[in-house]
Amino acid sequence: MSIKPQISKLSGLLIFASLFLVSDACAAKIGELSETNFSDQFFRFFSFKDPSVRYAILASLLLGTCCGLLGSFIVVRKLSLMGDTLSHAVLPGVALGFLWTMTKDPWAIFIGATIAGLLGTVVVHWIHTTTHIKEDSAMGIVLSGFYAIGICLHTMIQHLPNGNKAGLDKFMFGQAAALSESDLVMIAVVTGVSLLLITLFYKEFLVTSFDNAFASSIGMPAKFFHYQLMLLLAFSVVVGLQAVGIVLVSAMLITPAATAYLLTDRMHRMLILASVFGMMAGIGGAFFSYLGNSLPTGPFMIVSASTLFGLALLFGPRYGIVPRWVRQLNRNSRIQIENTLKAVYQIREKADFKEDGVSLQQLGEQRNLPLSEVKKEVKRLIRERFATLASSDTDMFNQNQKIYFTPSGWENACRIVRNHRLWELYLTKSAQYQPDHVHDDAEEIEHVLGENIVRELERLLDFPTLDPHGKLIPSVIDLKEVQTGQ
Amino acid sequence: MSPEIPLPLEIHDLTVAYHKKPVLYGIDLEVPAGQLVGIVGPNGAGKSTLIKTIMGMIPPSSGWVKIFGKPYRKNAKRVGYVPQRESVDWDFPVNVMDVVLMGRFGHLGLLRRPGKKDKEIAMACLEKVNMAPYAQRQISNLSGGQQQRVFLARALAQESDLYFLDEPFAGVDAATESAIISILMELRERGKTLMVVHHDLTTAKEYFDMLLLLNMRKIDFGPTEDVYTYDKLQTTYGGRLTILSEVADTRQKQSDELPLEK
Repeated sequence: MSIKPQISKLSGLLIFASLFLVSDACAAKIGELSETNFSDQFFRFFSFKDPSVRYAILASLLLGTCCGLLGSFIVVRKLSLMGDTLSHAVLPGVALGFLWTMTKDPWAIFIGATIAGLLGTVVVHWIHTTTHIKEDSAMGIVLSGFYAIGICLHTMIQHLPNGNKAGLDKFMFGQAAALSESDLVMIAVVTGVSLLLITLFYKEFLVTSFDNAFASSIGMPAKFFHYQLMLLLAFSVVVGLQAVGIVLVSAMLITPAATAYLLTDRMHRMLILASVFGMMAGIGGAFFSYLGNSLPTGPFMIVSASTLFGLALLFGPRYGIVPRWVRQLNRNSRIQIENTLKAVYQIREKADFKEDGVSLQQLGEQRNLPLSEVKKEVKRLIRERFATLASSDTDMFNQNQKIYFTPSGWENACRIVRNHRLWELYLTKSAQYQPDHVHDDAEEIEHVLGENIVRELERLLDFPTLDPHGKLIPSVIDLKEVQTGQ
Repeated sequence: MSPEIPLPLEIHDLTVAYHKKPVLYGIDLEVPAGQLVGIVGPNGAGKSTLIKTIMGMIPPSSGWVKIFGKPYRKNAKRVGYVPQRESVDWDFPVNVMDVVLMGRFGHLGLLRRPGKKDKEIAMACLEKVNMAPYAQRQISNLSGGQQQRVFLARALAQESDLYFLDEPFAGVDAATESAIISILMELRERGKTLMVVHHDLTTAKEYFDMLLLLNMRKIDFGPTEDVYTYDKLQTTYGGRLTILSEVADTRQKQSDELPLEK
C-alpha cells in the first residue's frame, strides 16, 4: 500500500474537521483536494454495505445510548471521577482475561475486565472509609495503580511467543471497525439491560440520586440502587472498551451527559438528550475513524462529543456564553433607551408638559452628553418607534431639531418614571431611607421592576401620586390624559 | 407500661458509634402521640445522628427502635422526613413539583409512577406552604426559605403520622419560619407527632410542647416547662456558660422590647 493516498485521506479528514469547527479560511482548498474522495467515502459509509461498517455504526449508536443514560446519573451524582477510575482499573482485567484463554475471547475479557473494574471501586471505597485519605486521592491512587499493572501485563503479553494477541492493543484507543459479532451482541445486551432498568426504576434512580437520605427514609434500598448503577457502569465501560478504548471510555459517559445538563433542567430530558449526543458522538467517531482507514475510533468519538459540548457551552440558550452575552447587550441597550425616554419626559415635565417637542440640545443638557451621543440615542428611539423628528430634509440632526414622542414612547417613558419614583417612595416610606439617598438605587431598580411588583408597590403605598421630592408619579392612564388634554 | 395503642416512637438503650467512637450512649425514649418535640443540644451532640439511626440509615451498635410498635422498615410509610437543606444539590435537574412528588414515592409500589391523584396531593401541599405558583420552577432558582418550604411540602405529601425534621429553621427568613411553625402546629393538632432538631434556644421554649435535651446522651426529656431549666440546659451545653448567658441576654432583650405573644 502506498503512503500517498493515505496522506491525502488524512488531510481531507483534517480539513473536514476544521470545516466542522466553522473555519472559512479552508473553504477554498476543499474543492482542489479530495472532495470526490470524501463524498465517495461518505456514501460508502452511510450505505452500510460493509459489514464491519454496519457493526461499527450499530455499536456506536448502542454505546452512545447506553453511555448517555448511565452518564446522566453519573454526572448528577457527582461520580464522574468514579467512571474514570473504573475504566482505567479494568485494564489488568483485560490482560488477565486474555492470559486465561490465550485468545481474544470476548467473554473471558468481559469477565476479567468487570471483576478488575469492580475490584478497583471496592478498593477506593475501602481506602477512604478505613483511613483518613479522601475519596479523590483514593481514586487517583487506584486509577493509576491498576492502569500501571495493566500496562505491565500488556507489555508482557506482547513478548509472549504464542497466542493470537493481534488486536489486543485496540483496547487502548478503541477500534470500532474491529468489532466482532459477539462484541456487538454484548453491547446490545448491556444497552438493553440499562435501558430497561432505568425505565423501570426511573423513580428510584431519581430520588436516590437527588436525596439519598430521604430515599432510604421512605424504605427505599438506596444502596442497592447505587450498586446497581455501579454495576451497569462497569458493564458499559467494559463493552465500550473495544469501540472507544480504555483511556477515553469515561469521556463517553461524562461529556454527552454534561452537554445535556447544559441544555435542560429536567432529568428525563437530560437522559434523552444525553443519549442523542452519545449517539451523535459515536457515529462521528466511527465515521472519522473509517475515513482515516485504521485510525482509532475513541479519540474521534471524544472529539465529536467535545465539539458538541463546546457548541452547547457557547450557544446553549440558557447557559450558553453567546446568548448570555447577547442578552446582556440587549439589556444594556434597553437601559440606554429607557434613560433617554426618561430624560425626554423630565424635560417636558419642567415645562409643565406645555411643549410637545424636545430639542436635541435640551436632551444633551439633561443627559449630560455631547451632541454626537445624543444623535445616537435619538436614532435608537426612532428605530424603536418611540419618537419621531420634526421632519427637516436638510440637516436631520442639528441641535435645534426637535423630537416628539409616539404614544408607545410616551407610555414607556411614563412607566420608567413611575417605576423610579415609586421605588424612591417605597425606600423612604417602608425602608426608612433618607429622601436624598434613594435616587441612585432607583436609577438601577427602575429598569428591572416588573408590572406585578409595581402593582404590589402601589397597593402597599396606597396608590400614591407624589414622590418623596413632591413630583407627580405618573400612572399611565393619568398621563395619557395630560398628553391629550394639552 | 405497655399501652394498647403503640407509641409513635420508642427507643431502648440505643448506642451509636462511628468508627468505633461512640457518638450516642444508651438513649431511652418514649414519645407520646400528638406532641411537637424539640431536639436541642450543642453542635456534635448527635442530634442528626439520632434521627438517622432511628430511620435506619446508621446501624446502631446496640439497642432498638420501634415506630408505632414495629421496626422502622415495617412502618417507614408512616414516617415523614425533612433532611437538612444543605444535604442535597440544588442544581439537580428537577423542578419543584418533581421534588414534592417524591413525597408520594413511599406510597407507590416499586414499579409504579405517580398518578393524577398523587399530583393533586402534591399540588395541595405546595399550596399549604404558599409555593403553588413555583411548581414548575427549577429548584436552583429558589431562595433558602423557598427551598425549605419545598422540603416541607414534600414531607406533607408523605401524609405520615410521625415526622422528623432536621433543622427546618436553619437559614430561613422570619416569614418562612413562622409559616413553617404554624404548619407544624397544625399537624400536631391533627394528632401527628413531630420531632424537630432545633438550634435556637430562645425560640425552643415557645415552639415545642416537649424537649429532648441531648449531648451524646439523653440529658432529659419531658414537657418544655419541666425541662427548660437553667441547670439542665447548663448540663446539656457542658458548662458553656457563654451560650447560656447569651441566650439569657437575648431573651431579656426580647421581653423588654415586645411582650411575647401567646
